[in-house]
Order: sequence, then structure tokens, then C-alpha cells
Amino acid sequence: METSTQPMYFEKLSDDKDTRSGFGAALTELGKQNPNVVALCADLTGSLKMNAFAKEFPDRFFQVGIAEANMMGVAAGLTIGGKIPFTGTFANFSTGRVYDQIRQSIAYSGKNVKICASHAGLTLGEDGATHQILEDIGMMKMLPHMTVINPCDYNQTYAATMAITEWDGPVYLRFGRPKVANFTPADQKFEIGKALMMKEGSDVTIFATGHLVWKAIAAIKELEAKGINAELINIHTIKPLNVEAVIESVKKTKCAVTAEEHQRNGGLGDSIAQALGMHYPAPIEMVAVDDKFGESGKPEQLLAKYGLDTPDIVQAVERVIARK
Amino acid sequence: MPTTSTQSSILEERQKLSKVMPDIYELERLASQTRRDIVRMVHAVQSGHPGGSLGCTEFFLALYHQIMKPDAKNFTMDGNGEDVFFLSNGHISPIWYSTLARYGYFEVSELNTFRKLDSRLQGHPATEEGLPGIRVASGSLGQGLSVALGAALSKKLNNDHHIVYSLHGDGELQEGQIWEAAMFGAAHKVDNIIATIDVNGRQIDGDTKDVMDLGDLSAKWKSFGWDVMEMDGSSFESIISTLTEAKENHLGKGVPVVVLMKTEMGEGVDFMMGSHAWHGIAPNDQQLEAALAQLEETLGDY
Repeated sequence: METSTQPMYFEKLSDDKDTRSGFGAALTELGKQNPNVVALCADLTGSLKMNAFAKEFPDRFFQVGIAEANMMGVAAGLTIGGKIPFTGTFANFSTGRVYDQIRQSIAYSGKNVKICASHAGLTLGEDGATHQILEDIGMMKMLPHMTVINPCDYNQTYAATMAITEWDGPVYLRFGRPKVANFTPADQKFEIGKALMMKEGSDVTIFATGHLVWKAIAAIKELEAKGINAELINIHTIKPLNVEAVIESVKKTKCAVTAEEHQRNGGLGDSIAQALGMHYPAPIEMVAVDDKFGESGKPEQLLAKYGLDTPDIVQAVERVIARK
Repeated sequence: MPTTSTQSSILEERQKLSKVMPDIYELERLASQTRRDIVRMVHAVQSGHPGGSLGCTEFFLALYHQIMKPDAKNFTMDGNGEDVFFLSNGHISPIWYSTLARYGYFEVSELNTFRKLDSRLQGHPATEEGLPGIRVASGSLGQGLSVALGAALSKKLNNDHHIVYSLHGDGELQEGQIWEAAMFGAAHKVDNIIATIDVNGRQIDGDTKDVMDLGDLSAKWKSFGWDVMEMDGSSFESIISTLTEAKENHLGKGVPVVVLMKTEMGEGVDFMMGSHAWHGIAPNDQQLEAALAQLEETLGDY
């Protein structure tokens, strides 16, 4: 399977925007387009940018209070009769807090629930480690039937939100809190399960997801100055992983770097390493959190301290090329 | 000999009666056969949960045959245009499977596959294998009320004026999610649901009052904003009249309905009654024989 070949841009297309606002805007549009779309929120309507949907479609919006376990069950029940429920809360409360509810009532039961999770990762910032979940991708990708998507910017989050509505089955959609670069086209076609080629290259493949895609773009520019021609692939769908695209790229570049705002254990890097190990063994380096909890701080400070910044990607590329 | 007009008025009277008091004799015969199914299924694989299954036999049969009367031959996951049921305490799967099979959802002979490899009759109810009649997996306790409330809201959004029923164990009420759901049901005025609690007072480790006292269940549910009713789970008359009354006079008033159903774990098999011992163990060959001796084979074993 080849990667998508849409024209991508390495420049900002707007002021910086938060990915959660891309979700909120798409949800409101979905409310207009699809009468079966319903939304549930656990007392974080403003944070999830679900206010507009709640105001425009009050009959299809369910405030569940601070009771996430019940929210997952009610969402599962709403699918019976044909509704397409979107649940909204922080990533921490969308996964770890309600893992058994998701496992039994949604994933094992094959329910068409869209679990929409904001404030994922370190870039939640000052609230600290209690809220900075770095294990959610791992938990969700382990569940059979679950699709796991982590878009990289506002436009891609908007497109992903629209796309998962048409996808029959449970989806975990992960996005974040801070305003970040918005650089993918507003009119992009979001193809679930398809790796997105951002830039072709020959020396190394960088597989990045979420907020780290923009960091990888910055890294590519620095690497070019060092004479390294890196390929960049945006893995917005961590599961199902586009294994063919991963193998095809690494057959060309012979090594890989992964970049994500997540624990190394259980994240995108694990999935890429598994694919390479099974089909095309090659050196791999992972830019991810090294088995630690986060802490309070500003998003950029945290990315730097925990080794998820542009220089970390540059160094990982240099290390992996040396291992070829 | 009564006159023709008297005959027709007697028939009308019977018809009226049969709406609330159907042929209990036939249900009793079905109950005896169903209890045989339960102990035989559990015995065959030496695992499963006979106690609660036996205790809820009358409830399941009354619900399917007299209250919901769903279309077994045209099962759909969405359940649009008919009443739907959710079993939250999934471990009493034997009674549900026997009820579904003998109601016509699948061949009675399939009961023979319970808990065996490649079966649709999983240890706990599941949708994965496509068994008709089941709309969500259950077994991990405390989740079914939330799901049932969601399905009830879905019916409201679809202008489907049918009812959602659910069953929960009393021990299961120790799960916090139940009370999240209870708050939600009242706050959102989900008045097209009848949740029943199997109040047998037992759980795996002992009596509920010793393991984790549930306190005054009626007061708890009332304070959570539910319309609380009570019934005798060993009596078809009590179940049918209570659920009929709930359906006709308690729903649609902006308040969800819960029925506290008093039952006896192990009901119908004397040595399985009176304690929590038979919650989740299977009878051996001699015990099976002793149990079956108390349960007439009315409709033929599977």
C-alpha cells in the first residue's frame, strides 16, 4: 500500500490553534450534517470546545457530570438504536479511568462510540502529572476492535473528526490543549489507516504523530543543513498501522526514528518497531518519554525537559544513521 | 349452558384477565424445564453460576413471554420498534440462554455448547460471536445500567415508544458506576426504563449484609430520584402484575423506575437454597441427579 500523496506544506497556514478547537468545530458541523451524531461530556464542555454543539443541539447533548464510567456506558447504549456518540473529556479520564468500561461495553461489544480525548500528553502543561497521561495510546491500541488516531494540528483534527463519523466501530481520537502550528491543508482528505507522506527523503524515515509532527518538520530543516535528507511520515492512525507504508519507506532509507508525546512503552515507537522487527529489521531510535511521569510546567519547557523537542529528534536521527 | 352473549362476555373477561394474569400453569411448566436446563448446562462443563440463575427464572420467563414479547426471529442489534432487555449481572447467563433458546432466538440444542470452545454461549454474555438476543457484553459488574440508560435515550431520540428493561444483582450495587448511572437517569428524566434489582441478599463471599452492607435499598433509590417498586421474584403473578403496573402507570412521568425483586438464590433446588454457596459452583453427578429429581421434565431436555 502506498502512502497518501496529498500536497503538504511545511509553513504555518494560520495563527497557532489548539487541536481541541478543530475537534469542537468539526463536531458542530457534524451536528448539522448528521442527525444521528450525539455528544456526551463529563463537566468539561468548555475545555473540549463542545459548547457550540451543546448550544445548537441541546436534545443531542448529554451532560453527564463528573462520572466518566457512566458516560462510557451511556455512550455504548446510545449506539443501540443507531446513534453515533462522541464522548468528551481529558485523555486521562477518557482511558485509564474508564478502561474496563471501554473494554467490555464498547470494544468487546463492538460499539460505534467515538472516544474524543483532549489534553493528552505533557503539553497539558501546568496541571501536572495527574492529568498528563502518557500511556493512553498504549492502553487503547491494545484493545481489539479499537482504532487509535492522533492528529497533528487543528486542520487535521477537524478532518479526522469528520472521518471517524463515517468509520463503523469504536475510535479513540487523541488531541491536545495548547495552541500549536496549523500547517496541514484545511481541505485535506483524512484517510483512516493511511500513513501520510509529508516529505520524501533517502537517509532516514521519521515517523511522527500528534504535536511531534511539527517538531519533526523543524528537525528536518536542521538536518538538511547538516546534509541529511530525511523522509517524514505522519502516522495519524496508530492503529490500524499502515505497515506496508512503514516497510516501503524503511526499505529505502534503512533506518527509522519515531517521535511522539507518549511513553516509549506502548506508544507509536513500539508499533513501528514491531512492524520492522517482523518484516524488515532495521535500526530504530525512539523520541518518547522514558518511563517517567511528567510534572508542572509550560508545554515547551516540558517537551524540552522530557526529550521530545526538535534537538532530540535531530540527535536521534544522527544516532540511528550511525547504526546503519 | 350459558347464552351466546354470556359466553362472549366470559371470553372478554378472560381476555382482560389474560392480559395481566396469563396462563401461569404453562409458565410454571416452562420454569421447571428452564431450571433443568440451568443445572444441566452448569453440570456439563463443571462451571458457571446456577444460584442466581435459578433465583431469577420466573423473572426471565415472565419478562420475555408476558411483558416484552420481542420478535425472536428478527433480532436486530438496534432493537428499534420493540422492547429491549439488558442483563447487567452477566454471570447468570445460564438462565438468559435457556430463556432465549426456548423463546425462539436459537435452537435449544445449542444450550449444549455453553462455555465450550467455539460456542456462541460464552461464560458471560457477549456480542462477539453474534448470539441473537444479546446487545452488549456483561460480566464485569456495574456497567449495565449505564448502557440501558443510553439505549433508553436512543429510543427517545428515535421517537420509539418502547421500553428498556434491565436486571442487576444486589451485590452489583456495590459498584460505584451504578450510582453514577442512578444520578444520571434521574437528572435526565429517563422515564422509559424499568431496572430490576435481584435482591437475594447473597454474593460470592457471603451475605451482602456481611460483605458490604447495602443498607436501605429502597431509601437509597428514592433519594437518587427513582420511582421504587417491589415484587416477589418467586411468583409469576407478582412479577407480571408489578411490571405491568410499572409499564402502564409509572413510566412516562419524568422519573425512572426501579423494581426491588426479592428472590432466593438457588430457588427450586432445595440444597442450593439458603446460602451463598451455590453462587458460582457446579453440581457433581449425584447433586445433578438430586436436583433433577426435584424438577419435572415438562418440555423435553435439550
